[in-house]
Amino acid sequence: MSQQRFLLKGGNVLGGKASDLLIADGRIEEISASISDKEANVIDLKGSILLPGLVDLHTHLREPGREDSETVASASRAGAKGGFTALSAMANTSPVADTAGVVEQVYRLGQEAGFVDVFPIGAVTQGLHGEQLSEIGAMADSVARVRVFSDDGNCVFDPLVMRRALEYIKKFDGVIAQHAQEPRLTVGSQMNEGIVSSKLGLKGWPAIAEEAIIARDVLLADHVQSRLHICHVTTAGGVEIIRWAKARGIQVTAEVTPHHLLLTDDLASSYDPVFKVNPPLRTSKDVMALREALADGTIDIVATDHAPHTSETKDCEWAEASFGMIGLETALSIVNKTMVESGLLDWAAVADRMSTAPARIGRYSSHGQNLTVGSPAHITVINPNKSWIVDRDLVVSKSRNTPYHGHELPGLITHTFFDGHATMIDSKVIDKMVK
Amino acid sequence: MRHLLSINDLSTTDAIGILDTATELARINDGQVKKLPTLRGRTIVNLFAEDSTRTRISFEAAAKRLSADVINFSAKGSSLSKGESLKDTAQTLQAMGADAVVIRHSASGAAQRLADLEWMSGSVINAGDGTHEHPSQALLDAFTIRKHLGKGASDLTGLRIAIVGDVLHSRVARSNVLLLSMLGADVVLVAPPTLLPVGVESWPATISYDFDSVIPNVDAIMMLRVQQERMSDLFFPNSREYSRYFGLNSERMSAMAKHAIVMHPGPMNRGLEIAADVADSARSVIVEQVTNGVNVRMAILYVLLAGGPLEVGSNS
Repeated sequence: MSQQRFLLKGGNVLGGKASDLLIADGRIEEISASISDKEANVIDLKGSILLPGLVDLHTHLREPGREDSETVASASRAGAKGGFTALSAMANTSPVADTAGVVEQVYRLGQEAGFVDVFPIGAVTQGLHGEQLSEIGAMADSVARVRVFSDDGNCVFDPLVMRRALEYIKKFDGVIAQHAQEPRLTVGSQMNEGIVSSKLGLKGWPAIAEEAIIARDVLLADHVQSRLHICHVTTAGGVEIIRWAKARGIQVTAEVTPHHLLLTDDLASSYDPVFKVNPPLRTSKDVMALREALADGTIDIVATDHAPHTSETKDCEWAEASFGMIGLETALSIVNKTMVESGLLDWAAVADRMSTAPARIGRYSSHGQNLTVGSPAHITVINPNKSWIVDRDLVVSKSRNTPYHGHELPGLITHTFFDGHATMIDSKVIDKMVK
Repeated sequence: MRHLLSINDLSTTDAIGILDTATELARINDGQVKKLPTLRGRTIVNLFAEDSTRTRISFEAAAKRLSADVINFSAKGSSLSKGESLKDTAQTLQAMGADAVVIRHSASGAAQRLADLEWMSGSVINAGDGTHEHPSQALLDAFTIRKHLGKGASDLTGLRIAIVGDVLHSRVARSNVLLLSMLGADVVLVAPPTLLPVGVESWPATISYDFDSVIPNVDAIMMLRVQQERMSDLFFPNSREYSRYFGLNSERMSAMAKHAIVMHPGPMNRGLEIAADVADSARSVIVEQVTNGVNVRMAILYVLLAGGPLEVGSNS
């Protein structure tokens, strides 16, 4: 394995003082005020911020089954473009990732692509139907070493199934990532239920349908003393319940998506399904509560819920369209815009919310480490002084369903290093990984 | 104005311009000339992706009286029901040279999508999209109200109008609340709480759950159709209970002000939201709404396709 050497000159580690950082043999070899190394590729990063490689705990890679919208390889490259070095492959593929065979296939596809580590998430229940537990133990023991289980896309709505799943995963320190959506309260739902939905005549997805499940599940997690993770929290009420649960010492963690930190339900007024997402965009009051919760740690992490869809499933009537938006390539810029520029988070805290904490929740031990000598060289570089304009025709993902088309976003991600290899240089993802 | 997708597309002046044009066209129609040459050589497509006989024939009659060529494109047996996308259908219509498309669709926002995506260059007229809006119905309702109760005024200032029934699922209610309030009327929505949308408090209307207390104080009562299948969705216990609290029967009608009128966009469920003797009573303007519908839709086509409202008193 021939490893390259990179000398990153003058970047600010976690936004701290300018330093040089030397990458060699897949690890961080040296960090100091001034390094010289004749053999290294020297990259000038004055004014840029160095973060540990980003870790996404919630990614839809669509393979196997919907390779027309995304593949493990294309999502891996999109991840590199967004500064990610680890992705978590959601289980709602076709076939569903409910057996060791499927999770091992996805894991291997990630290794073959080589741009990021792809950690498969296993389904909680067979076929995501919410009735019988899937082969949780076999997936945990497989080559993919699955620790996160989720029926995402569907809610584990049956309280007994949820209880058993929470108990079962304690055997290997797993976590259940719940898509909190009470199904009876959301039959046919199209968007946030409120003033905007009343005017648009689109069926409402009430906040209570999320909050009721969060409340139930934190109590279940408390009762059986297990680990619960709440996917994509979107409501101010959900935040309050999680804050209460954490204060009680319940082992709950939570994520927020970049789009729920920025976008609001009034965007549905265009009836453009690029804004149709599940859970739906909420109100500005919810957005502010989510930002505050991410700042104070009530919400632990940012996760993209990157959900690629082909154009024909978005270029249609709202009710016909699929739910979801892509997010890997824009996530860090959106967090910069909503959290850093607003003064709510500094870069060290961004590193925690987008790398350290998600790696800890997923038990991805090789990721999310501090940028210190000896750590694996997973590094993301963002230049906060540069902005860029999102163009859906230029995304690396196979799908174009970004809600930010034409928007100017602050913070240009210029370099990504995965395991000591450059996966992106000067904002260009390299063509092929050679190890 | 290129499209009519929502009442929000109209200013008060625009709306009154359409009503005045309809008045002029009605005057001309009452004379000997049934047909005007205004839209000769223009093609109007009725794209009905959802069953609707009355709105389709109303638009068809309106277009034909303006001498337009009309192509009817209905869902049953058409490619839209076979899963062809709205986009492909729109591009087909564009290729056929449609000057305007009148669209009825089960999806809220379908008309706006058709207009916004520039799939076609013609005008788009929303003839009812899901549970969103039905602007031509609201305009014909406003026309009918003005004719009966307007006392010569151009708008509806000072009038009180009750809209009763399934507001939650009603595109007629949404368009009427916007238009009638814009024209100066006070609108009160009367419905069981289950059939009012969350967020209705933001609408320019007041809310009542008590039909009987509202009846003596309004100038017009507009009854909405109640779908029988709402029962299975738990919106109300059964149709008898619905009728008991929210049906307009002859006893309730007798509590109305002397001059007040009864309206219904049709099709009616006689015996559910409206009793047969009320529907057929002298207060009922329900049949006249249909007649006015043709004139108002002529006016909409005229304003959108012939370049603006008709001058009052003109000979066209």
